Amino acid sequence: MKPYYSREVIKRFTNPKNFGEIKNADTVGKVGNPRCGDIMKLYIKIGRKGGKEIIEDIKFHTLGCAAAIATSDMACDLVKGKTLREALKIDYKKIIKALGDLPPIKIHCSVLAREGLKAAVENYYAKKKSQKK
Amino acid sequence: MKKIYLDYAATTPVDPRVTRAMLPYFNKKFGNTMSLHGFGQEVKSALEQSREEVANFIGAEPNEIIFTGSATESNNFVLKGIAFANRNKGRNIVISSIEHPCIMESAEWLESQGFEITRLPVDKYGQISPGDVEKAIKKETILVSIIHASNEIGTIQPIKEIGKICREKGVYFHTDAVQSFGKIPLDVNSINVDLLSASSHKMYGPKGAAILFIRKGTKIEPLLHGGGQEMGLRSSTVNVPAVVGFAEACKIAKKEMKKEGTNLTKLRDRLIKGILSKIPGSYLNGHPQKRLPNNINFWFEGVEGESIVIQLDLLGIAASTGSACSSAKLEPSHVLLAIGLKHEQAHGSLRLTLGRWTKKSEIDYVLKVLPQIIQKLRKISGKI
Repeated sequence: MKPYYSREVIKRFTNPKNFGEIKNADTVGKVGNPRCGDIMKLYIKIGRKGGKEIIEDIKFHTLGCAAAIATSDMACDLVKGKTLREALKIDYKKIIKALGDLPPIKIHCSVLAREGLKAAVENYYAKKKSQKK
Repeated sequence: MKKIYLDYAATTPVDPRVTRAMLPYFNKKFGNTMSLHGFGQEVKSALEQSREEVANFIGAEPNEIIFTGSATESNNFVLKGIAFANRNKGRNIVISSIEHPCIMESAEWLESQGFEITRLPVDKYGQISPGDVEKAIKKETILVSIIHASNEIGTIQPIKEIGKICREKGVYFHTDAVQSFGKIPLDVNSINVDLLSASSHKMYGPKGAAILFIRKGTKIEPLLHGGGQEMGLRSSTVNVPAVVGFAEACKIAKKEMKKEGTNLTKLRDRLIKGILSKIPGSYLNGHPQKRLPNNINFWFEGVEGESIVIQLDLLGIAASTGSACSSAKLEPSHVLLAIGLKHEQAHGSLRLTLGRWTKKSEIDYVLKVLPQIIQKLRKISGKI
C-alpha cells in the first residue's frame, strides 16, 4: 500500500522540530493560503556571518494540514544558517524534493512556506529601510 | 496496532451473513436474468425475490423498486429523468443547499439545460423549514428533492411534513435516503415520498447496488437506454450478486435496526458529551437530537481537520473531515458553510460515524487520544 503521505512528511508532521515562537524575532511573516485557508506565521532571528546577514534562527506556527505543517518545518531547516539572499532562492520544488514527495493536490502547501519566507524577509528589509530614515 | 473504523458514513464492511447470501451468485447461479434458459430464469427469480425484500423493507410495491448501480446513479436518474419527462409542465426544481454533490451537480447541469433550480437555505442545525418549501413551490415546479439525513452532519429533515406539502401542491417529492436507510424506520407511504434513493454499501451490503423507489404512476425518463431491463427504466445486465446482497442487508436491518439504533445512540451521545467536556473550543455541528444515531460532527478552534484525520489514522482510527484541505476542489464543505460556519470554522471540522461493530471501548479510546491530538496541533498552530 502506498501511503497518502511520504515517510518524511509524516515524520515532520508528527514531530516538527521548528514550531513555536521566537520572542524577540527580528522579523515575522504571516501568510494565508487563499486556496484552502491554511495560515502560517514565520519568526526569524537575524544574525551575522562573514559580514552578511543570515537566518540565525527560524520558527513557525502553522494552522493547516499535515502537508502544510511538514513543509513549514522543512522550509525552516532548509534556510537556517543561510543568508537572506540564499534563503529567498529556495523554491517550492526544493522543499518538495526534501520531503520525498507530496500528493499533487498538496503542492500549493509548499508554496505557502515559500510565501511565508518571502513575506518575513521583505518585512525585514522594509523595517531596516524605515529605521535608516 | 488496533484499528478502529469510525467512517461508516463513507462505506460499511459487508456483513458476513450478506457475503454468504451472495456467494452462490458468482459462479453457481451466474446466468443473465434476460436469458430464457434455466441458468437465466433461476437468477431472474432471485432478482425478483430481492426486489420483494427491498420493497417490503420500505413499504413499497416490488414493481416500484428499480435497481441501479449506485446512489449517485439513482440521484442523477431522478433529477434528469423527472426533469425531461415533465418539462412541458414546468422547469423548476427545488432542492436544499445541503444535498450530496450528486444532487448538487446534477441540478447545476440541469441549469445549463434550461431548467431553473431553487436552493433552499437551512437553519444553524441544518434543518429545512417546511414553510420554506411551501413558499418555494410555484406553478412551474415539477420536483422537490431533499436529503433525508445529512451525510455530513447527520441532521434529519422533517420529511413527512415536506412530503405532505408536495402532495397537496401536486409536485413530485424525492428524498435521498442513503444515510438514513437501514438506520431509522422508513416507510414510503407514511413519509409521503414519490421517489427515494438508497444504497447498499452504506448499510452492510456490497458496493455496486442501489435503488430508486418510483411510486406507481410517476412520469420519469430512463437514464440508461438499451436492453430494457428493470421495466425499461434502467437498461444494463443486473448485478445480481450485489442485488442479492443488498436484499439480505435489508432483511438483517429489518430485524436488528431498532436495537442497533438504541445502542448506537448511546455510544454517539457518550462520544459527543466526552468531546464537549474534555476539549475546550469544541463545537457540535448539526442537530443535538434530530440526528442519525451514528453521526458525530465537530469543529475545533485553532486546528485544521485533515491534520486531525492524519493524526487519528496514525493511531489506527479512521475518521473524515469537511476541511478544504481534504477536498479535491480545495473548498470547504458546502454543508458546513450552509449551517453558517465560517470558512475557518469548517476548516477545523471532524466527522466520526459509528456502525454495527463499534464498541464502547473504541469510543473511550478516541476520548483518550483526541484531546491530546487537538492540544498538540494547537501548539503547532499557536492558535493563530
